[in-house]
Formats: sequence, structure tokens, C-alpha cells
Amino acid sequence: MNPVFGKLTLEAIPYHEPIIMGAVAGMGLGVVAVFALITWLGRWKWLWTEYLTSVDHKRIGVMYVILGLVMLLRGFADAIMMRAQLALSYGANQGFLPPHHYDQVFSAHGVIMILFVAMPLVVGLMNIVVPLQIGARDVAFPFLNSLSFWLTFAGMVLVNTSLAIGEFAKTGWSAYPPLSEIAFSPGVGVDYYIWSLQISGMGTLLTAVNFLVTILKMRAPGMDLMKMPVFCWTALCTSTLIVASFPVLTGTLALLTLDRTLGMHFFTNDLGGEQMMYVNLFWTWGHPEVYILVLPAFGVFSEVIATFSRKPLFGYTSMVWATAAITFLSFVVWLHHFFTMGAGANVNAFFGIATMIIAVPTGVKMFNWLFTMYRGRLSLQVPVLWTLGFMVTFAIGGMTGVLMAMPGADFVLHNSLFLIAHFHNTIIGGVVFGMFAGFNYWFPKVTGFKLHEPLGKAAFWCWLIGFYVAFLPLYVLGFMGMTRRLNHIDNPDWRPWLLVAAAGAVIIAAGIGLQLLQIAYSIYKRDELRDTTGDPWDGRTLEWATASPPPFYNFAEVPAITGRDAWAAAKEGGLARQPAGPLQDIHMPRNTPAGFLIGLLSIGLGFGLIWYIWWLAIVSALAIFAVLLWRFFDEDTDYFVPAAAVAEIEGRA
Amino acid sequence: MRIDLPGAYSLSAPRLAAHGHHGAAEQADRALFGFWLYLMSDCVLFGSVFATFAVLANNYAGGPTGRDIFNLDYVLVETFLLLVSSVTYGFVMLALHRSSRATVQLWLGVTFLLGLGFIGMELNEFHHLVAEGAGPQRSAFLSAFFTLVGTHGLHVTSGLVWMAVMMVQITRRGLGDAVARRLGLLSLFWHFLDIVWIGVFTLVYLMGVL
Repeated sequence: MNPVFGKLTLEAIPYHEPIIMGAVAGMGLGVVAVFALITWLGRWKWLWTEYLTSVDHKRIGVMYVILGLVMLLRGFADAIMMRAQLALSYGANQGFLPPHHYDQVFSAHGVIMILFVAMPLVVGLMNIVVPLQIGARDVAFPFLNSLSFWLTFAGMVLVNTSLAIGEFAKTGWSAYPPLSEIAFSPGVGVDYYIWSLQISGMGTLLTAVNFLVTILKMRAPGMDLMKMPVFCWTALCTSTLIVASFPVLTGTLALLTLDRTLGMHFFTNDLGGEQMMYVNLFWTWGHPEVYILVLPAFGVFSEVIATFSRKPLFGYTSMVWATAAITFLSFVVWLHHFFTMGAGANVNAFFGIATMIIAVPTGVKMFNWLFTMYRGRLSLQVPVLWTLGFMVTFAIGGMTGVLMAMPGADFVLHNSLFLIAHFHNTIIGGVVFGMFAGFNYWFPKVTGFKLHEPLGKAAFWCWLIGFYVAFLPLYVLGFMGMTRRLNHIDNPDWRPWLLVAAAGAVIIAAGIGLQLLQIAYSIYKRDELRDTTGDPWDGRTLEWATASPPPFYNFAEVPAITGRDAWAAAKEGGLARQPAGPLQDIHMPRNTPAGFLIGLLSIGLGFGLIWYIWWLAIVSALAIFAVLLWRFFDEDTDYFVPAAAVAEIEGRA
Repeated sequence: MRIDLPGAYSLSAPRLAAHGHHGAAEQADRALFGFWLYLMSDCVLFGSVFATFAVLANNYAGGPTGRDIFNLDYVLVETFLLLVSSVTYGFVMLALHRSSRATVQLWLGVTFLLGLGFIGMELNEFHHLVAEGAGPQRSAFLSAFFTLVGTHGLHVTSGLVWMAVMMVQITRRGLGDAVARRLGLLSLFWHFLDIVWIGVFTLVYLMGVL
């Protein structure tokens, strides 16, 4: 092996594959265009001071959301390629994606959608909203928060680098051995998978620790846990799940790495390896992971439905307990991902029943949302449309889930398109709709202007209809026996359904196009859409008590809380925005480039480890250590904003 | 983006005046709780490696078993180095409470040497095993053994690095709030590794030989 370049040669660039090179050129042009735009606007210094080095939770949240939305485009491009391939590749026609490419596409699609779209959107909304909702000035560890984002960013860069240099995993997003072992996947694809997940996973873990401390230690005076907005409860439970489950992923991927790089035998076919250990460990993380994604979405729906029904959330206490119950139950159902392992009837029965029980707290939530709307004055604005779309869609997805929780049924449906339809039904209908509801709901809080309403509605209807057209046929195909991860079919009975599914993907594409248009048009028309009240929806919780966009210290005076829906209560009592006394100095963290630098160096570290360029890995690791030391010895990490400066910003001087 | 505010606001809040300044105590409290949470996540990480070892513990694949390769006397000495280092770290914390800088440095130094001895003995054991042909590639059992013990060893090593950095920081700065906070966190970390080692000693060595 070459000591300078490791396994890397010019052959690694797939220049003979026009589709990949086209995509790479598109990505490259996009990056160049963004750089050119920043230069043309003269915004580099602004970008550096206001975003790249920022430790402000709102800025970090915005960067997470942008990352998630950009990756949504990438993940969706993969999706539409797969649907197009299956619409074309029938009989003699082999389509345009050969198996080795198709396998990378479906693996990348899964990894990107779960870890680089859904996770950043969830974490982004948590960042923007949670400190505001609990009346805090930032998170507990602002520098760690910045570091978390840049580690996620590093993982995202590695995944996308795999397109241009080398390959991505051809194993599916779960990378089961023995296929993912070095004997059957000798290329760098699985290594890209491993290191992008390891690095971004570290960021996710730090985020969870940060939010647990923030929520448990930094609530405004008077806000007991049972007075917290439900979104904060879901963020708390999600963070608990992350702390308890992500280390298992870290460990599992580390064991797979040891197999691949050092020739160990954890999951190999020979010398005592045990593949099912990987599968068990993977889903010990993987099942909680889907609840990590969906619980905050449930939180968004709870906020939206209460605000737009203009009344308090129905059954707050049962909502909290249902969330906690799901948190616990999500750890005792992992085996339902592989009933076919052959663990025996008793084991399968236990996990089947545990899985079905999750439908109970979820049902409690459904009824709470319904009863909140009942006799409320519901206004059908965009966030509400996403919520209603979710309630119908998620109920269907939940029922197909309970169906597959029966081991007998699962034996038939395992690895079929029925399963694919089921989890898209819950993840799109639950997580994605939830994130879009939250995006529309909190956009004016972050920017100071609303999103354009008619375009938002049009996007919603395209997504909703497109979803059903694209995924209901997959249920049918699953019953007809079509398995997942096929890139070619010969069965004429399947073909019409696949064509319908492809049409559905096109309708969703129109929805995404309308969303992009909505964002662009809203920025263009921002003066007409501006909200000067800070409270455009007549909200109920504390984030609406401050300005839009909020000042960097969030609240000039830390609010004192006496009940739930503190802001609604303040408005009813005529107490809103009454100065309480003289302003105080505000303690704030200083910006630092340390997180950004460690993120960039992590890209070098990951790239070195993927390509066995050991010097690069070692130099990057040492440089990361040096940055950490610098931060460790830096005493000037925070400062006080003088009360006079606060008064000037607040217009109270 | 420009900040344009709709005007002054606040909820009626007579209690909020006291909340303005974050003292060192509040910061230490958050750091301690956050670090505790991190340790719990580390506990889960060790848990998955322990579980893997338990599943693979009998997969010798015709290679050596625990009884063939472990020397309990040797491991007992190693264990005592680590346990005693926990006691000496306790002395670090006692000295910290008395604000005695020299004593803090002394016991940190002693703890460091004990930890270094532990790592040295572990590396020596690994070296011997590999030389005898009982390396991590030999069987699933040995992969799991090297990985579990090695994961603990890597943690101890990073604890040693942390300790060295703390000694430099104390030399340069003395015992301020930040140093006291960090010594407290390192204390948690060091005792946690001790507890994990008890698990390793029992599950891997004792149950492997007896």
C-alpha cells in the first residue's frame, strides 16, 4: 500500500460513470455557486462571526435545519432514481442503474434520510426552540453545541465525498455482516458508512447530554417539569434515548471496524464469529432511533394543535406519561426487526406483544390531539394541515406496524415492500410531516417573517397525495411477494404498481419544488410577510414572549412561571411585556472557532481512516487534540452584556 | 439578519432579579451533571462490549481458552495498582478541599504512576499473548477479550493524558474554580474506570479461569 495515499488512487474517481460524474459536477457547481455568492455579497466575515464560530443555540439550530434540507434534496434524488429504475427495468430492459450502483443508491438513501435529514431537522428544531420555551439564555454547554453541529457536518461531508471519491456501502443502511465484512465488501464503501456515522454520532451524543442538562437544570424559575411545554418533554425523552442508545451504535460499528481493519472475528463466518450479535446490537440502537426521531415530531404536533385550536392541550399529563412510556418501551422491542432469526416462539411472542403495546400510548396521544381540536377554534393554516395529514397517515402506518408485530405475519412480510411501505408511512407521515409543521410554525420566530401561505398549502397537498400514490402500491407489492432492494423485475403483475409508485415520487418532487419556491418567494416578499409582534400565531408558550428574531440573549429578563402555557396566561392576565424592574447584566458565552476547526479536522481524520492514509489520520487526531488543549487553557470564554447595552437593544434606555 | 424588536416586554416576574449571574457553583453543578450523563453513556458502551464478550466467550474456534492463557496472579497485581490509584486520587480530592497545591500535585503524580503501571502491565500481557499466537485474530473469544480489555485500557490512557494536562494546568494556574471543577470530573471518571475493571476482572479473568 502506498504510504502517502493509502488505498487511494486515481481509479477511485468514477469518471467512467456519467450519472455519478453528473451528480458530482452538480454538487461541485452548487458549492462553487454558494462560495461565489458569499464572496459577491462580501459576507465571508459576517458568515464567520455570525454563524461558523457562533455558539448561539438559535444560529446552530438554523445551520442544522439548512443542512437537513440540503441533504433532503440529495436523499430524494436517490429516491427518485430508484423509483425511475424500477419503472424502467422490466424484462429485457435493464434500466440505467447497474446493480453495484443501485446498491449504493439505496444504502445512501437510507443513511442520508435517517441520519443527515431527519436527525439534523429534529436536533435543529430542538436547538431553536427548547431554550426559548424554558426561558433560558442558551444551552448548558454552548461550545459543545457548536462542536456537535460541526461533527454532524463532518459526517455529512464524508457521505457526500463517497460519491466523488471511491464508493458508498452496497450493504443497505443497516450494513449487516457478513456482507459488510472485508471478505465480501473489500472496497471503502462500508468504511465511508462507518466513519460518517461514528463522527456524526459523536455529535448527536453530545447534543443529547447538552439538552438533558439544559432542560433539567436551566428552566426559568417556577417552571416545574409538569409545567414544561410538551415539545420540551419530547426533547427530554429523545435526549434520554440518545444517551442510552447511541453508544451501542458506536460500539457496534467499532467492532465491525476491528473485524475489517485488524482481522478480528466478531461477526465473520469463520473462527467463532456471530453475525446475529451485530443484528441484535444494531437494532438495540436502531429501534430507539426511530423514536428519537418521532417523539420530537409528536412534540411539534402538540404545540401546533394547541396553538391553532386556541386552547390548552387536552390531557397534558397523559401526554407526558405516554411519551415516557414510549421511551421505555422502545428499548424492549428491537427483536421485531428479525423475528425470522429463529429465537423461538416464546421470545418472538414477547417482542411481538411488547411491540403491539406501543400502540397504546401512541393511541393516547392521538386521542389527546383529537380532543384538543374538539370544540376548539381550529384555523387551517399550514402547520395544522401538516398535523392533520400526519394524524391520518400515521394512523395507517401504525396499524400496518401492529400487523407486522405478529411474528406469523412478519414471517411472510419480512424484507418485502410491505415493510418498506410501513416504515415510510411512519417516518414520512410522522417525522417528515412533523418537521415541516415545525418549520412553518417556528420560521417567523427565527427570521421575523412568515412563510408564504398559499405556496405552503400547495406543497402540503402535493406531498400528501404524492405520498399515498407512491407508497400505497408498495403495500400491494409486498403482499404480491416483491422483496426490497431489487433493481430489476420480470413479473408482469408488479409492473403497473411500480409505475404508479414512480408517478407518486414525481408528485412528491413537485411538493419539494413548491417548498423551495415557498422559501425563496417568502424571502423575496419578506417585508409584506413581516411579523413585528414576535407572536404571529397568538402562541401559548414562552418562545413567543420574546421578539422575532429573538435577541442573542433571548430574554432581557428571565421570565417567572406560575403555570402551563405561561405566555397565554400572561396575555390573558394583561401582564405580557410589562417591564418587571431595572435590567441586569447578562452573562453570555463568547464565540469560538474551536468547534468549526475540530469539525474540519474530523473530515481529515475520517478520510484518513477510510482510505488507510495513516499519516493523515494521525496528524488530524493530533491537531484535534491541540485544538481541545487550546480550548482547555482558554480562560476568556464568557462575558457580561452590560445592563445599559441590553436597555439600548430593548429600546428601554 | 437585523434585530428589530417590538418593544420592551416581560412577564410579571418579581423573582427574576436573583437569576442574572451564573456563579461558578452553578457552572460546576451543570458540568458535573453533564459529565455524569456522559459516564452513563460510556457505561452503555461498555455494556455492549461486555454483552458481546459474554456471547462470544466460548467461541474458541480450536484456539486457546481463558484457562490456557490467563495468569491470575499477574492480573491481581494489575488490579491492585488500579484500585490503589483510586485511593490516591481520593487523596487528591482531600488535598483540593484543603487548597493545598503541592499535595494535590504529589498525589496526582502518584496516581499517574500507578495508572501508568497498570497500562504497562496490560500492554505486556497483550504482547505476550500475541507472541504466543493468541492474538485477537485467532478466535472470536480472543477478539472479544482484546477489545473489552483494550477499551478499558484506552479509557485509562485518556485518563492519564487528562491527568498530565491537569498537572500542567495546576502548575501554571494554581487551584482556581475551573481546575477544581475539572479535578472533580476526572475523579468521577477515574473511579468509574475502577468499577468497570471490577466487572472485567470478574467476567473475563475469574470466570474464564475458575
